Amino acid sequence: MTKAWIKYPVMFVAFVLLQVLILNQIHLGGFLNPYIYVLFILLLPISMPRYQVLLLSFLIGMTIDWFSNTLGLHAAASVLIGFVRSPVMALISVREIEQSDYPGLKQTGIKWFLAYVVVLVLIHHFFLFYLEVFSFVGFFRTLLRSIFSTAFSVVVIVLSQYLVFRK
Amino acid sequence: MRDLYRFILRNHVIFLFILLEVLCLVFVFNYNNYQKSRFLNSSSRFTGAIYTRYNRISEYFRLSTVNRQLAEENARLRKLAGVPKTARLIPDTLRGIQSTAFQYSYVSAKVVSNTVNRLQNYITLNKGSKDGIKPEMGVISADGVVGMVTNVTPSFSTVMSLLNVRWNLSAKIARNNYFGTLSWDGKDYRKVYLSDIPFHVTLLTGDTVVTSGFSAVFPEGIALGTIEEISKEGGSSFYTIAVKLFLDFKSLSWVEVIENNRKNELDMILKRSSNDEGLD
Repeated sequence: MTKAWIKYPVMFVAFVLLQVLILNQIHLGGFLNPYIYVLFILLLPISMPRYQVLLLSFLIGMTIDWFSNTLGLHAAASVLIGFVRSPVMALISVREIEQSDYPGLKQTGIKWFLAYVVVLVLIHHFFLFYLEVFSFVGFFRTLLRSIFSTAFSVVVIVLSQYLVFRK
Repeated sequence: MRDLYRFILRNHVIFLFILLEVLCLVFVFNYNNYQKSRFLNSSSRFTGAIYTRYNRISEYFRLSTVNRQLAEENARLRKLAGVPKTARLIPDTLRGIQSTAFQYSYVSAKVVSNTVNRLQNYITLNKGSKDGIKPEMGVISADGVVGMVTNVTPSFSTVMSLLNVRWNLSAKIARNNYFGTLSWDGKDYRKVYLSDIPFHVTLLTGDTVVTSGFSAVFPEGIALGTIEEISKEGGSSFYTIAVKLFLDFKSLSWVEVIENNRKNELDMILKRSSNDEGLD
């Protein structure tokens, strides 16, 4: 239990730095913006009280906003997925999450994990990009942007599970 | 009353969610006001320091590009300095214009963070109020206008990039002096749009677009880009002109902040005239 007290703060700092220093500089064709800091919210313990999940989502969203001059934007999208996280988990399947408290790829299996990540990242990116544009002008452009960025983020997240979070 | 408490307690997650979400949306839609606040943006001491430290490492990977840019800028400045002093002065009958050469002074600064992929892009510089930078100063580089300072702390400043859909710049066509408004549509970071040029003006692709000098922020005649495409949209009596920028925002590393030495004087006389009105 004590390990979580070190692990999550380290993850928080690592994800924020990775996002603002490296991934925010990536923009393939001005189109693809991967946002993988959401993985922090996805990897919070399953048994964590939901109000704590919401507060932590708000915190990491605000931190990203602080660095990228977009006050409230990332926080709004993060709080949304912090809220829908446990309904989505229950919707996919309860069996896997009963086996472990940590929703990593190794613990839950590739099928469950992929469904979990795709659904939540998709919600996050859709909300983020449409809120940023705040109009349905260029609807399809924003739609494509959300879908491709989601694909990019999901690939990076799944790869990170194989490379960094192996244990 | 107890039922109410119980109701809130039972649904505390939903209430907290709505509270946080509303708070975020208030932030999003009041952003321009919060931009003025001293914290929660990239020029704060904490975020500025992190960007500077990271920049110290990452700049090694861009040294060759930066060297080339600085060499080009040196060449440009040497060309200016090489012209005999007398030739640079404008004919003495136009005394008003002559002194504009001394109206602006420049502070060079380094870009420590920059984006081009948002709708509202901002740039962070490593100079702040200690170096004489104030909000609403213009920022340029060797290839054109970069943006305008929106926020300063003692050692950092935030610049609203030209690539920001919330900002327009007054610009004109160098060949015939027709002026219009330059704005970005949030898509291609190499392309901006010039509007308000009426149909009777003859335009050529390849014409140079420069700053108009109508605002106190930028001097007149800074080259911005060339006309790439001219189109007429139905229902409008103005051209839509796509301008290809000279400046590559992706490789931006050193910039100059412009100080208008006459700005105080201008503000003072404006203030004085408005005070006089008040007395009457």
